[in-house]
Amino acid sequence: MENLIALLVAAPLLGAAVLLCGGRRLDRTGHWIGTVLAAVSFVVGAVLFVDMLGKGPEERTLTQHLFSWIPVEGFQADVAFQLDQLSMTFVLLITGVGSLIHLYSIGYMEHDERRRRFFGYLNLFLAAMLLLVLADNYLLLYVGWEGVGLASYLLIGFWQHKPSAATAAKKAFLVNRVGDMGLSIAIMLMFTTFGTFAFGPVLESTDKTSEGMLTAIALMLLLAACGKSAQVPLQSWLGDAMEGPTPVSALIHAATMVTAGVYLITRSGAIFNGAPDAQLAVVVVGAVTLLFGAIVGCAKDDIKKALAGSTMSQIGYMILAAGLGPVGYAFAIMHLVTHGFFKAGLFLGAGSVMHGMNDEVDMRKYGGLRKYMPVTFVTFGLGYLAIIGLPPFSGFWSKDKIIEAAFAQQSDLRSWIFGGVALLGAGITAYYMTRVMILTFFGEKRWQPAPDPDTAPSVEPGIEVHPGEMPHPHEAPKSMTIPMIVLAFGSVFAGAVFGIGERFVHWLEPVTSFEHPHPVVGVPVITTATIVVLLLGVGLAYLQYGRRPVPVVAPRGSLLTRAARRDLLQDDFNHVVLVRGGEHLTRSLVYLDHSLVDGVVNGTAASVGGLSGRLRRLQNGYARSYAVSMFGGAALLVAATLLMRAV
Amino acid sequence: MNPVNYLYLAALLFAIGATGVLIRRNAIVVFMCIELMLNACNLALVAFSRMHGNLDGQIIAFFTMVVAAAEVVVGLAIIVSLFRSRHSASVDDASLMKL
Amino acid sequence: MSQVVNAGFPLLTATAALPAVGAIATAAVPAGRRVAAKWLALLVSLATLVLAAIVAVRFEPGGDRYQLVESHAWIKDFGVRYELGVDGIAVALIALTAVLIPFIILAGWHDADPLETKSKRWRPTQGFFALILAVEAMVILSFEATDVFLFYIFFEAMLIPMYFLIGGFGDRAHEHGDAAAATQRSYAAVKFLLYNLVGGLIMLAAVIGLYVVAGNFSLQEIAAARANGTLDMATNTERLLFLGFFFAFAVKAPLWPLHTWLPNAMGEATAPVAVLITAVVDKVGTFAMLRFCLQLFPEASKWATPAILVLALISIVYGALLAVGQRDIKRLVAYASISHFGFIIMGIFAMTSQGQSGATLYMVNHGISTAALMLVAGFLISRRGSRLIADYGGVQKVAPVLAGTFLIGGLATLSLPGLAPFVSEFLVLVGTFARYPVIGIIATFGIVLAALYTLVLYQRTMTGPVKPEVAAMPDLRVRELVVVAPLIALLIFLGVYPKPVTDIVNPAVGHTLSDVQQQDPKPEVEAAK
Repeated sequence: MENLIALLVAAPLLGAAVLLCGGRRLDRTGHWIGTVLAAVSFVVGAVLFVDMLGKGPEERTLTQHLFSWIPVEGFQADVAFQLDQLSMTFVLLITGVGSLIHLYSIGYMEHDERRRRFFGYLNLFLAAMLLLVLADNYLLLYVGWEGVGLASYLLIGFWQHKPSAATAAKKAFLVNRVGDMGLSIAIMLMFTTFGTFAFGPVLESTDKTSEGMLTAIALMLLLAACGKSAQVPLQSWLGDAMEGPTPVSALIHAATMVTAGVYLITRSGAIFNGAPDAQLAVVVVGAVTLLFGAIVGCAKDDIKKALAGSTMSQIGYMILAAGLGPVGYAFAIMHLVTHGFFKAGLFLGAGSVMHGMNDEVDMRKYGGLRKYMPVTFVTFGLGYLAIIGLPPFSGFWSKDKIIEAAFAQQSDLRSWIFGGVALLGAGITAYYMTRVMILTFFGEKRWQPAPDPDTAPSVEPGIEVHPGEMPHPHEAPKSMTIPMIVLAFGSVFAGAVFGIGERFVHWLEPVTSFEHPHPVVGVPVITTATIVVLLLGVGLAYLQYGRRPVPVVAPRGSLLTRAARRDLLQDDFNHVVLVRGGEHLTRSLVYLDHSLVDGVVNGTAASVGGLSGRLRRLQNGYARSYAVSMFGGAALLVAATLLMRAV
Repeated sequence: MNPVNYLYLAALLFAIGATGVLIRRNAIVVFMCIELMLNACNLALVAFSRMHGNLDGQIIAFFTMVVAAAEVVVGLAIIVSLFRSRHSASVDDASLMKL
Repeated sequence: MSQVVNAGFPLLTATAALPAVGAIATAAVPAGRRVAAKWLALLVSLATLVLAAIVAVRFEPGGDRYQLVESHAWIKDFGVRYELGVDGIAVALIALTAVLIPFIILAGWHDADPLETKSKRWRPTQGFFALILAVEAMVILSFEATDVFLFYIFFEAMLIPMYFLIGGFGDRAHEHGDAAAATQRSYAAVKFLLYNLVGGLIMLAAVIGLYVVAGNFSLQEIAAARANGTLDMATNTERLLFLGFFFAFAVKAPLWPLHTWLPNAMGEATAPVAVLITAVVDKVGTFAMLRFCLQLFPEASKWATPAILVLALISIVYGALLAVGQRDIKRLVAYASISHFGFIIMGIFAMTSQGQSGATLYMVNHGISTAALMLVAGFLISRRGSRLIADYGGVQKVAPVLAGTFLIGGLATLSLPGLAPFVSEFLVLVGTFARYPVIGIIATFGIVLAALYTLVLYQRTMTGPVKPEVAAMPDLRVRELVVVAPLIALLIFLGVYPKPVTDIVNPAVGHTLSDVQQQDPKPEVEAAK
């Protein structure tokens, strides 16, 4: 059975290789090759899952050793896989949602001449992501980690002729590289501390080293997680990443890749458990991002960027939960899975809306779409109910548990602070999602004629857009609606399936261990409070957007709104400090290299040259003057000889 | 006669030759002055030979004469070809041997 | 010193003699038969590759330190011997050289075509390919020589063909008749020559000094005498000699602040010659640090380590920052190479198994990755006739294969996991970190900067709206694809399965480390198995 694990990775990898090297003759069949291979991976995953269910909880871990990767004295890196309950969860999520999104993309990218390549990149992403969750050591995980970064880079910048897309792709890769630096330092620390970086040996010997070392490793892992999962302070790339095609946003920047940070922290639970200070840092990062993303999500008029803010915020919940230790790991992963369903569904819905609206992304130019796109409306609506956490939809089961866990910390003060933040976040989530819902599907039509694609670079190409034409919203083709319907099912039922009887928690317990949280106030109180807060959020949004006409051009807004529209000024900070500062630094270094380093050498050469130029004057070419110097020399010689005699 | 007087004469001739090389510009005259210096040396060598009572100086004088003869051939050839190309026998006109 | 002298076929001599003879033959091809000269050079380089492969196969990783040894007396009065032998590190680098030269020849296929017939005897094409083969012969000999004097001769002699390659052949497509470009090129060639000659001169003094102290030139004898204590050097003597050797190698490598000849030389030379400089010739410098500096002067090497590590660190960060600031594609690659050479030197002087194995692997991988990136850049430049980044834009749309291969070359340069340079870079970082954590961490910043300069280069040249000047640009031709595809395949293969190389390199690194009497730092705790 364990020999099948490699097939999980190999199938999409093969797809990527075939599609990217195959050339134009695959243009007509390429998307099917990609989709089928993704589905193959899913089927293999399902087979392994069924097999795993047939075993006892302690015997479920499968390993497969392929070959020795980097054998160097004292350094052993293997290409080896480990499939346990945690990896299994991810494998099913990645291949399941991945296959659905492949299917969706067939319709969505139908008119793009580079569709074959798009599917090649998607398959590459699946392979890298599966490698990330299946690796049995941190170095191989790092390969997958950067591999998904590469796929993300290629897909964000898929429409490379748009400068904004190319810039967004570069930004995503660079910010992620900062995180990757953290991961590589963490691996180096593990190597010098434990002499290995395989999961088993490292995680089992954490008690043998000092807390300080564990804290250092954990903080570096947190830095890595911040980069990949778009957590403060490395969150700035996620909003721009929405330049990519919408299926990419759904798969990579909502359901799977951005949750890799949560996986990393959960996987390294033993390290974090031994480093309470690092855990506090994790919780703080999660809480700050939770609010940050939610606030940004409230202000954005671009439907994808609003959803991106929401993604950031929801991952903040997961990171927060993961920082709580064994109390929270299982809930973090559970929220990750349910979020995978409803957020992918929401993005696909957004893509469907854009598809029908001439690729308009500004929600202020939507309105009243429920009658024109019923399937999209229903599936998006179910996703909406799930994300705000209304019982009994999926989001409720996972988010409510995280809020409970946040209220259960070592000290009362921390419980109240982080519990309060989590609770507040639930309210804001309800507010901005209601806003998205109302602006898009309700109210009167605020449609605008299609912009001129030459002047509006944000238009996604491949779809016929005639400048000046009013949109004709229509339901998307079957290949797009089926994945949305499937994901809507997940949004409705997944939570209950996982949550009732704590099935999900027991499933993960052998890997992540589990402790029941003991919140500072009773669980019913917290649940009630959560529901009240989310209803307040919904109500507030309804009062603001449902009762009054919505202006097509965004009003100036308060100071906070304006800041939130600009991602709370983080980009401006980056621009001034890092970009400008960096430009000045490199420019002055280029100048110095030329004038100082090279200048010293050139200066030496010049002074030698100058000296010889002077000496050259002596050679005036007149035989007589040479004769004088000859005679002079001879006379000197004679004089010196005589002088020596005399002395 | 005291052989030292020959040395005085040789020195005098040498000085005249050297002065001529330094101050005259006509290549022929310069050339003749060089010959004068060579012959002054020869005179001195022969005088030394006499004073020390062996023949080494005279042998060297013969060598010098042979070399001088060769030098005359080469030197005059140079002067003639110089004169042909520049229409002048002034040494200052041949000052191209500099960068 | 007992060693098995190879009495059979002189394989090492043959490996170097073949390109040397080939160079003479190529130079002798008549003026009218340009194409024949190209094919001759290509065939010779391929035959050399076969010989190098035989060397690699005959070499037994677990066997003697130096194998396939050939030893003959040469200048008896000074104890100079014609002594060749290879260890694992040399085998890997000879293989790299032999692999790259055919691609360099193929990539430069039209670089030396005469634009007009000056005279019947005007044969630049023959000269170009003959010079490349001559460089190959000398580089291989300097990897093989185990006699210090013999090494010195080839180390210096390779400057002559390199000088003519840099100064004589530019990007002909766009600079025909451009006097300013010719001036800059000769400036670059002279700068290259002067820097390396000064280095060589100082090394010559050290070589003579070594002879005075040791009484012969044999690397193995001196190293053995150093190891068993029969040859004592005064501390200061050893340090001075070490510095003399190191200076020459640091110029060639090039290490900050002796690096400024490289951007000029790589910028002005044609892309294949630029690859020859950075991927092949410069490797002799880092190789020689590993073979001569550490073995002959172990104490002085340890004494100088902190300073050298700091210089290497400066090279890494400084090279990367300057690459970010470049406007010229080839100079950008040159500064990136300076950064990478910093990593190699850091790995060598970290004096750990991981560091030195990583550094050796790095030499091989950097050769391949720079070749891939630079040769594709050369194809790009030959199409548009400009080296300036700003003159490009949107190439991806018109020439997707060219853009794709350029991106893969770039990704290899930024050490993306899965491609070969990642393995070596990570080994160097881990090896350095194990002994010098702070330096290791600062060097890690290099990976962020590498991503910056690579992606900025890609973004500015390949993405965005198609510039009118590049709109008619043809995609890669078959010949160009034949050059690039195997290099990319190698990058992926060695990234996934570097074991063939590490197996050869590891024992040699073990020997070198025992020369300097260093052991790997032990992990803090014994991990559970």
